[in-house]
Order: sequence, then structure tokens, then C-alpha cells
Amino acid sequence: MEDTIVAIATAFGEGSIGIIRISGEKSKDILDDIFVSKNTIQNRKLTYGHIVDKSKVIDEVMAVYMRAPSTYTREDVVEIHCHGSIVSLKKIMELIIEKGARAAERGEFTKRAFLNGRLDLAQAEAVIDLINAKNNKSFDIAISQLDGQLSKSLNEISSQIMEILVSIAVNIDYPDEDIEEVVYEQLEKDILNIQEKIKDMADSFKEGKIIKEGIKTAIIGKPNVGKSSLLNKLLKRERAIVTDIEGTTRDIIEEEISIDGISLILVDTAGIRDTADKIEQIGIEKSKASFNEADIIIFVIDMSRPITKEDLEIAENIADRKAIVLLNKTDLDIVADVTEIKNLVVNGVYIETSTETVQGIDDIKKTIIENIHLGEYRQEKSNIITNSRHYEKLISSYSSLNDAIMLVKNRDALDFIELDIRNAYDNIGEITGNVASADVIDEVFKRFCLGK
Amino acid sequence: MEKNYLMGEYDIIVVGAGHAGCEAALASARMGKKTCMFAITLESIAMMPCNPSIGGTGKGHLVREIDALGGEMGVNIDKAFIQSKMLNTRKGPAVHSLRCQADKNKYHIEMKKTLEKEENLDIKQAEIVSLVFDDLCDKDIGLDNNGFNNRVTGVITATGAHYKAKAVILATGTFLRGKILIGESAVFSGPNGMAPSMSLAEQLREMNFDMRRFKTGTPARILASSISYDKMREECGDKKIVPFSFLNEDVQRDQISCWLTYTNEKTHKVIRDNFHRSALFSGNIEGIGPRYCPSIEDKINRFSDKERHQTFVEPEGLDTEEMYIQGMSTSLPEDVQEEFYKTIPGLENAKIVRPAYAIEYDSINSLSLKLNLETRHTENLFCAGQLNGSSGYEEAAAQGLMAGINAALKIDELEPFILNRDEAYIGVLIDDLITKGTNEPYRIMTSRAEYRLVLRQDNADIRLTQKAYDIGLVSEKRFAKFKEKKALVEAEKVRLNETMIKPEDSKEFLESLGMPEMKRSASLAELLKRPEVTYDNMSKIDKIDIEKRLRGHAANFLEVEIKYEGYIKKQLAQIEKYKKLEEKKLSQDINYYDIDGLRIEAQEKLTKIKPRSIGQASRISGVSPADINVLLIYLERKRRQG
Repeated sequence: MEDTIVAIATAFGEGSIGIIRISGEKSKDILDDIFVSKNTIQNRKLTYGHIVDKSKVIDEVMAVYMRAPSTYTREDVVEIHCHGSIVSLKKIMELIIEKGARAAERGEFTKRAFLNGRLDLAQAEAVIDLINAKNNKSFDIAISQLDGQLSKSLNEISSQIMEILVSIAVNIDYPDEDIEEVVYEQLEKDILNIQEKIKDMADSFKEGKIIKEGIKTAIIGKPNVGKSSLLNKLLKRERAIVTDIEGTTRDIIEEEISIDGISLILVDTAGIRDTADKIEQIGIEKSKASFNEADIIIFVIDMSRPITKEDLEIAENIADRKAIVLLNKTDLDIVADVTEIKNLVVNGVYIETSTETVQGIDDIKKTIIENIHLGEYRQEKSNIITNSRHYEKLISSYSSLNDAIMLVKNRDALDFIELDIRNAYDNIGEITGNVASADVIDEVFKRFCLGK
Repeated sequence: MEKNYLMGEYDIIVVGAGHAGCEAALASARMGKKTCMFAITLESIAMMPCNPSIGGTGKGHLVREIDALGGEMGVNIDKAFIQSKMLNTRKGPAVHSLRCQADKNKYHIEMKKTLEKEENLDIKQAEIVSLVFDDLCDKDIGLDNNGFNNRVTGVITATGAHYKAKAVILATGTFLRGKILIGESAVFSGPNGMAPSMSLAEQLREMNFDMRRFKTGTPARILASSISYDKMREECGDKKIVPFSFLNEDVQRDQISCWLTYTNEKTHKVIRDNFHRSALFSGNIEGIGPRYCPSIEDKINRFSDKERHQTFVEPEGLDTEEMYIQGMSTSLPEDVQEEFYKTIPGLENAKIVRPAYAIEYDSINSLSLKLNLETRHTENLFCAGQLNGSSGYEEAAAQGLMAGINAALKIDELEPFILNRDEAYIGVLIDDLITKGTNEPYRIMTSRAEYRLVLRQDNADIRLTQKAYDIGLVSEKRFAKFKEKKALVEAEKVRLNETMIKPEDSKEFLESLGMPEMKRSASLAELLKRPEVTYDNMSKIDKIDIEKRLRGHAANFLEVEIKYEGYIKKQLAQIEKYKKLEEKKLSQDINYYDIDGLRIEAQEKLTKIKPRSIGQASRISGVSPADINVLLIYLERKRRQG
């Protein structure tokens, strides 16, 4: 039997009401021990009373006991609604722990819900995402997946595939009966239709990944053009050491900011210049690598100095990218002629800024958001794929259906076609767990860190 | 039991001599067990009381597997067939299925001869009225006997003779409290007017075996001389006959034809007007019939928009005028039968010699059996065939064979012989019955097998013969033939892969098949993978002496293995996944009520069926994928806890 866990269920900070939740075998005993009321406690009935420690009243509360298994965790659950002060919450929490419960780990209530069979796989994975959510947007998606939205769409696809499987089975089994033969044209149409749905979901993964993991944005430029200052402005705090000495940033600094619910991982790179300094050289190599990996590049040019060979080299390197080119230090006298740069980075978006003042910072943020085209996905949030395991299964399913279509076009035997369609079906089922698979559980175990 | 007298003692007793009983008795005797087979009448040995054919989709696979395991059905039908046909040849190799029309009487006679000649086997005509048990439930000590309450130790005949046995196999078919229904008439009877088995049925119910009532039916038999064949379509056998048994290479003989005709609106009207007189609709029938083999009134009732139903008119044998009217079983009264049969083109002057009837019988809930076909609560009592809720000769024979094998292994205290779903249709059949259960007479179908591209009829021996040899069922003769075939195929495979053909040497051949020419040299194996190319027609470009090329079973197997290699690989990958769940073993003493998160229905079903693996658990109806995840997590946590 699992031990009993307790946690404050309401958001951190002062509120008018705070809720403490207990789950596990001892929940009811603990409540009986610390809760005094004129009324007897009934299953699923909110009861008025007091939390009492050694005959000393701690708080005036409402409490509810919910008997297993019809609860969130499928265990006995108790909720105590007390006053929202942190002192009150802490005292009650400590008292409960003293009576035999243990402070829950992050997400542990939900983990129990999964272990006790209340959530399907996709939902459980959503919970893991929920716990690790980096921003509001990924939180929203996880919540919607937890709600079963993703499973619902996947189940629809599953049942459409099943219909095809059934029609094939009938044809194979009754050779003598005058049953309507499977029409290959129809079969092809049905498969294409399903493929389209799978593709839509799979396509959302790129965006889903961005929402969940953030966008890698590299800030590049020759030394002392104001990259670190820019980073600090975006972060609104001092992170990178800013000096006037060239080559101050020798390593790559990663920071994360959230703009409109999207995570941006900013990578401030060492200035790129010819140098004899070994350590700095390593930093420069890393810089080059990191802007190759970056989703978005911000190329900073110091407008107060003339364009140099180094600027042009960088420009050549990113010529084919849709970079954001910052014409920086425009508050000083403008000396640079950027015509050549503009000829090189044709697809660049040029923004004038001053990193000393905040001029242009909002434009940068706006441009970044526009650049990742999230507008259309912001409306319907239900079916964005954020989990790479789900993505891989969708892709496998899609390619099995591709194989099937090839066979249909060749008018091949139904049992071969069925083989591929069955694979497509299993792959979709393995996302939700509707098709039992030992591998999937292993995978989830890894992510949940169970049984440690 | 005072008036009873001890008449003999056997290792294994088989009750019933139908297709299940025959295979059970032969398997047991061939595995060296002193065996006795009882039948109410010896005329019922290998009797075919319904259709005069063996095989068909799925069923043909079963026959091949029975043969590969050393059973008799394939050998016997090779002796008794009068028409042979490979079905589904235009579909993929997984569903190629052999079907033979049988001379029913010859089938019975040949099987009877085989049984009579078998060492270790006695055959006795006697009705078994009761089983004898030892009580194992010592309530005072609370002994745990692996879930067994008692143990069967013998049988008693109607005349009071007591035969002891270490194990008993029940294969009672439709005899157990059999009741024949024709229109308003209902009479206790076995099939074909034979005596029913009433007392044994009563004892099984009294002993609280989970018994139920199933139903099946058979159409009328009509005199051949009263049929006008010119109004029907002739259905001939294959020119090149493929034998059922892997022991036979050539069974070429003259064949006789079947005839195809159809019902029409007149037929349907007669039947509809008389629905109220059918036992099926009058409420007279309590048993559940097979959905896959409905009576004609059921078809017309359920598919009312269908304008016609096909029917094959099939000979019952060479020495009889009786013709079987396939697909037209009914429980309508005889006057209605005569009227509607006569509306069918070709049957206008039909003379009915045996009326159609429905038969109800007692069967045991297959969920109360284990995968070795032993009952869960009575040790050493095995069940097979229609008694277990299946329908069909082939399904019965397959179970009979497995019950015979497992009874023999059990009394030697050896591990049970269980075939998995990726190994044989027999494995699918038994796993379905024992794990999923059935609410109607169960018929095998190719769609029930998940891995049918691997479970083909052409490779049944490759899949199974070694296994059966290892437990001592397969004769040395069969085993030697099997090994020879395997070696020949291997060598030929190598040769086909190594023999290269230049584009100019295959051009003419490919052209004749309407295929584009090759752009570069290709091996014979690569050529064989192209559509339209067969191992047979490829002999035109294969320079080797024709005598050295493979023939028959070996050629057929080789061709499929090479031609469909890619698909077979895909299937093998699916099997790997399936095996991972089968390999996650569940202990027999798990208390499922202690596992949190399992739904109550799942807890009940798992407790009742005690699956051997997660895979088996996942097939139990009432156990959901969520429950399976709970079980997987349970196992994983237990493993981590050490």
C-alpha cells in the first residue's frame, strides 16, 4: 500500500481560501484525528468544523472526505478548506505530516491517478509535461491533453482505421459468399482521408515543440557591438557581464524568456573575430555551431563604427537565413554603411535599436513572434503534438498507410494491405495506450522516475 | 455404486468418437498411453452429420496443422475425398485454403480402420452415464490443490461397468442432452437419430460444471435423381490436386462436381409466411446458434433486403444418391421444407430423404477450462470439440488432438503443450475459447489470426512438426520426410539466390507474361519476387534439369517464402511486439483484488481466468487497455522492488 501524501493545492501566496489535499489510506484517520465538528463526516459532503492540535484550535475550516475509488487519485482523498494565510496553511500541513502523511512531490497526486489507472497514457504524459511546463502556452496544451482532447481525436482516427480492417476481414473470410468486394478505389480514398488527419496532427509537432521547448535564438555579431546588453535588455536584468573590452563573453550564455507565452532561449555568443587567444577561439567555434543550430538569428551590427571584414563574414555565413539584423547604437553617430550587408542578407528583417535606451526592443520581440508564425495555432489548442514519442508514432502510422496505398494502387492482395493498415492502427493505439505495449510503459516509467 | 463392477483400467479414457474423440484417442495412444475410446454407437466414429466437406478458409489451415502435429484428419480426408479445391487462390498466400468434398461413409470407414489398427487403443460401444471422482477438498486441513476441488478417476457405463482412468477426455459433440427440433416437434436425440446422452449431462449439471445450451442445424438431404442439374452451375474440383497431408505428394483421382443454385423471392415468401412455425421463432429453441452459419429462415429474417441466397448442392458420397443442400439448414416443419426447397431452380421435383433439423445440446463454458483444455476445478478432466462451444469438424479435431496430447503429458507430470497465437491457428482457436470465451458456437476464421501471413497452410509442418516430434507424437516416417523437405528447400533457396539470369535470357519469358524486361542481371529469387512469375513457370528460364526442381508441398512453401519475403518480415516484426507482452508472465497466485486501479470487472475476470501472461490478460473481454497498463505498472514496480 502507498503511503499517504499531503500538499497545499491552491496557488502559492495569500488568498482568501487555501486548500490542503491529502491522498492515501490514512487520509480519513488523519482527518478524524485533527478535525472537530458537531456533524459526522459523510462521504463527499463538505462539513464545517475546526482543525485542532492538542485541544488548541488552529483554524476554522470546511473539510470533505471522498472515499476511494471515485476520486482523482482513486485513493481516499481529504480536502481541508482553511483560511488562505500562509501561516495557517503551513501549520495545518505540519500537523498532518506529524500525524503520518508525507509532503507530496511535485505532480505526485496525478502520478497516483495514472498508476491507479485513472488516466490513459497520453493523459499521463500530459501530466509530466504539465509538471515541467515552462510557460503558460505549454501548460494550456498539457491541460487540454490531460482533459483527453488528444486521446479523443486519436480514438476517432483509430476507429476509422478499424473500419477498414473489418471490411478487409469480411472479404478474406467468406470467399464463397456473394459479399460486396472491397473496392480498391474506395479503400484508397478512405486511407488518404485518414492520412490527412494524421498529417495535420504530426505537422503541429514543430509548433508544439517550440511551445514546449522554446525557440533557440542566437545573438551574434563581432565583439562589442552590444550583444550582451541586448540580452540583458530582453531579460530586463543583468546577466551577461557587459564591458567595453572586446572578447568579454568567452562562452555561450543561455537564458530563457517568455514572450506572449512562448519560450525563447536566448544564446548570447562570443563575439566572432580573429584572435590568437585559445580559450576565446573555442568560444568562437561554439558560437558558429550555435547559430547553425538556432531557430532564429539576431545579428547585431554596431552602427557607430564602420562595417568590417568580420561583419561581412558573419553576413556571408547567414546569407540564406531569415535573420533579424539589429542596426545597433543608433543613438550615437551613424558611421556604418550597411548596403553590402543588406545585399548579403537579403531575407533579413532590419531593425534600428539602441541598447543603451530601450528603443526598438519591443520591435525585436514583435518580429520574433511574427517570425515563428504562431498566430494560427493560438486559436485551437487541443491537437498540438508536443511529445516526441507521439510524433514518432504518428509518423510511423503515416508511413505504414503510405505503404498500404502503394499496394492498393498495385491492386495487391488484401492481406498485405491489411498488414500495413494494422501497423498504422497499432501505432496510433500506442499513443493513447489503447493498444497495449510493453515498450510504451517502459518509456513512461523512465519519464516518471517511478519506484525509486 | 455397489451394483457397478470394475471392468478395466486405462491411462486415458475418451468419451465420444467424433472428430475430437478420434484425434484425442489416437494422440493419446500414439504417445504411448493405454487408451480406451467409448461411443454410444461405433457408427458414430468420425461421422459427418452435417456438411460433406473438410477444410475451407481457416478450417483448411487447422487440418494442415493437425496433420503437421501427427494427427489423422489430413491423412483420412486424403483417402476419402471426392473433390478437392484450393480456395482464395486469387488472394494472398495467407488465405489460400484447401477444401475437400468427402465421401462421408468412406471417411467414417477409413478412420474406423485406423483406430482399430492402433496399438494401445481399445474401442468400446457403450454409453458413459457418469464420471467417477476423488474429492480433493480437505476442508479441515485447507489443502490447496492448485485450484482443483476434485479429480476424475474413471467412468461408469449404462450397464454398470466401471473403468478406471488416470485422465478422462470428454468429446460429447451434440450428444449431451441433444434435442432435435423440426417445426413444432422437439425430441431428445443425438445427431442423425442416434441416442442422446442424458445421464452424463445430468451429472455434469449436478456437479456444478458451468453448462449452457448451444444450437446448430443441418439442411435436408435430397435424392440426386430428383434434381435437374441443367438449371445449376457446375462447380468442378481443381485439375491439379494438392493433398491435405504433408505425408502425401500425389493423390490424383477422378472427381465429382458440386452444383450452385440460388433461392428467389418465391422461396423467401414461403419461408416468411411460415416463420411462426419455425422452432427458431416459436420460442422452442433455448440454445444459441452460430451467427456465422445461420439457418435459412434466420438469413431471410436478418437480411431481408437480399434478393437471393446462394446454395451449393453437394454429393454425400460415391455410394449414395443423397445430396446435401448447403446453406439451407432450417428448423421449419417438413411440409414447409418441401414447399420451399421446390421453389429453388433445379430442385422443383426434389425428393427429401432426410429432413433438415436444428439440434440443441449441452456445452461447457469454455472459460471454465485452462489452456491445456483441462477443467479448472476437476483435475485430469479434459474437454474438447463442440462440448467446448466450438462448431465444425476441424475445430473439434484440433481440440481433440490437443486434449489428447495434454492429457498424456499431464499424467506424466510434464509441462502442458500450448501453442501460441503466433504459432498456429490451433493456438488462436484455443486461446480464443479459453481467454475470450464465446457466446455462440465458435468457428475459426482467418481474420481471427493476427499473424496469418506467418500461419499459412503451406508451412504448417515447418511451424509445428518439430514440436510434436519432441513430445513423441510424430512418427519417424513423418519426421524424416519433414527434415528432407526442409533441407531441400534450404538448398533450393540458395541455388535460386545464386543463379543469375542475364536480361536477354529472361526477356522473352517476361514478355510472355506481359512484364517489362529486366535492366540488369537478376537472380532467380529476385525474378520470382515479380508478379506473374511463379516457381512453376520460371522453369522456362531455369536451366537446371526439371527433375531436380522441387515439387508439391516443398515447391509451394519455397515459392511463398521467397515471393512474399518482405511482407513476412513485416509480420515477424509485429510478432516480436506481441511476444514482449506474452513474455511478461503473470503468476498464478496473484491476488487481483489487491491491485489498486484495476476495475472491478477486470479483477473478477482476471481472478477467474488466471492468465499466464500480460498478453493473455489483454485478450480477456472485460479487461481494458487501461487495466493492462495497471498490470504492466504493477509488474514493473514489483520487479524494481526486487
